[in-house]
Amino acid sequence: MANVLVFIDNPGDALKKSTLELLTLGRSLGETAVALNGDLHQDVSATLAEYGVTAVFRPSAQDLDDYLVSAKAAYLAAAAGAAMAGTVLLDNSPEGKEIAARLGIRLNAGVITDVVAVDADGTAHKSVLAGSYTTSARATTAVSVLTVKANNVTPEPASVASAPETSTVEVPADGTATAARVTAREQKAASGRPDLSDARIVVAGGRGVDGDFGPVEQLADALGAAVGASRAATDAGWISHDAQVGQTGKTVSPQLYISAGISGAIQQKAGMQTAKVIVAVNKDAESPIFEIADFGIIGDLFDVLPQATEEIKKRKG
Amino acid sequence: MEETLKIIVLVKHVPDAQFDRHLTGEGYTTDRDESILSELDEYALEAALQLAEARGGAKAGNQVIALSMGASGAVNAVKKSLQMGATEGVHLTDSALAGSDAAATSLALAAAIRHLGTGAPVDLVLTGMASTDGETSLVPAQLAERLGLPQVTFASSLTVDGGRLTARRDADTYSETVEATLPAVVSVTDQINEPRYPNFKGIIAAKRKSITTLSLADIGVDPAHVGHAGSWTTVTAAEERPPRTAGTIITDEGDAGIKLVDFLAAQKLL
Repeated sequence: MANVLVFIDNPGDALKKSTLELLTLGRSLGETAVALNGDLHQDVSATLAEYGVTAVFRPSAQDLDDYLVSAKAAYLAAAAGAAMAGTVLLDNSPEGKEIAARLGIRLNAGVITDVVAVDADGTAHKSVLAGSYTTSARATTAVSVLTVKANNVTPEPASVASAPETSTVEVPADGTATAARVTAREQKAASGRPDLSDARIVVAGGRGVDGDFGPVEQLADALGAAVGASRAATDAGWISHDAQVGQTGKTVSPQLYISAGISGAIQQKAGMQTAKVIVAVNKDAESPIFEIADFGIIGDLFDVLPQATEEIKKRKG
Repeated sequence: MEETLKIIVLVKHVPDAQFDRHLTGEGYTTDRDESILSELDEYALEAALQLAEARGGAKAGNQVIALSMGASGAVNAVKKSLQMGATEGVHLTDSALAGSDAAATSLALAAAIRHLGTGAPVDLVLTGMASTDGETSLVPAQLAERLGLPQVTFASSLTVDGGRLTARRDADTYSETVEATLPAVVSVTDQINEPRYPNFKGIIAAKRKSITTLSLADIGVDPAHVGHAGSWTTVTAAEERPPRTAGTIITDEGDAGIKLVDFLAAQKLL
């Protein structure tokens, strides 16, 4: 079996679920090493051992976060060499895809994004054209670079824990020489809600919320869901642009997508039609969203959502 | 006197997302019969036009070159760009390019950009944040890597001054300011500006602008390095997903919120 390298960027003091998914997927393909950027907390070390990681690489430089992408791509290329990796796995975030892109050129490796599953022979599966097709693809090169979407693998520790060796990889100078440099970074206030891109449940509002996301947010919180929005709602400034789901925003594939006051034009559908279950609430019976909803309610979201929120709280006790 | 800029804007013709889109043929490539200028590329073109106009526009020697790669339909994206105000149009077309993946596409585009930079060097390569069809977002980063240039993706603002650019990027958990030296590859978001519509004057003026056609031979690329043969990935199967069908639709009679929760409970989603 080929060697696998998983990139883990700034894990903090615990590995994210999506990272555990990458480690689980990696192990199904071969011996899995990790290229880490940032601090290595002892709890993280322990989890890496539980997941059967055979080696941990760390960069010789601590300032990779100060550069856009190319520094991390250069480091990862060096780590892939050290690990003799045939497959490199990254998360499917915008940054993950860009690191993958530059890494692909450095390694002469085919890059496949938005991967949901990988067969033992390296064939990757993904959906394209806003979920209207599923395709199988493979890299024809010696090394393949895959960015994997969250929530498609069940994380499982290895049957036998490992004792990975940690070693340092020299970051090539050309990764930083011509890179764009970050000169200021402000953290945004955390919402306390799950991340929209990989939330299990999303509650989204559109033009119909008419400036008031209260009922959408309250239902989301009762369900432990992320809050999304249509482009009409973000363009109106009712909610942050980060919340936009659709062709020019995020593509989500949650278990449940509750759409409130969104007509469901193609721009919105492109971002959510691969959701497992779609529930729609809209006053207009002619809204196209009802053509794809598993459960549709023709009604006022300001009546339906608060009632549902109360009922969920009651049932959850 | 500010510096003049030579900007290349990458424009792509994509199938109109308002209609059903299909994968066709042996390599499962996108059917582009009904294609338009990718909406997201209009923001890049607008950003280029604004940078050029702030420096006196074409009269002062600023160049905004719309470059599109693809079969005959790609020329439509170039024409629309000229109508919006691009000073020149370039159509990179060659039958050997068909089926190129991101790696092969970036190889050909990098060669075309080097070709266009002979004489006066290119200061800036601008792209949209993604194409609305392939949506892999790989090409700008791969292009930057091949050209050895900094990349600044997802810029929601962009200023250029004295051979340096400053851009703002918004991620989910942070916002940041980045700086890079020119030349650079920059992709812009749909938050950066409001693209103009071509006006009558622009449409008439576009008719007088020439479109340069480049082949692989013109830019010195071996046909074996692009297209299906030169790609590093291959699509081995494609299956159209059955369209979603409507499920149960009810009209609220005062208890729809309860019925919604009943539905979620039945689906084990609570």
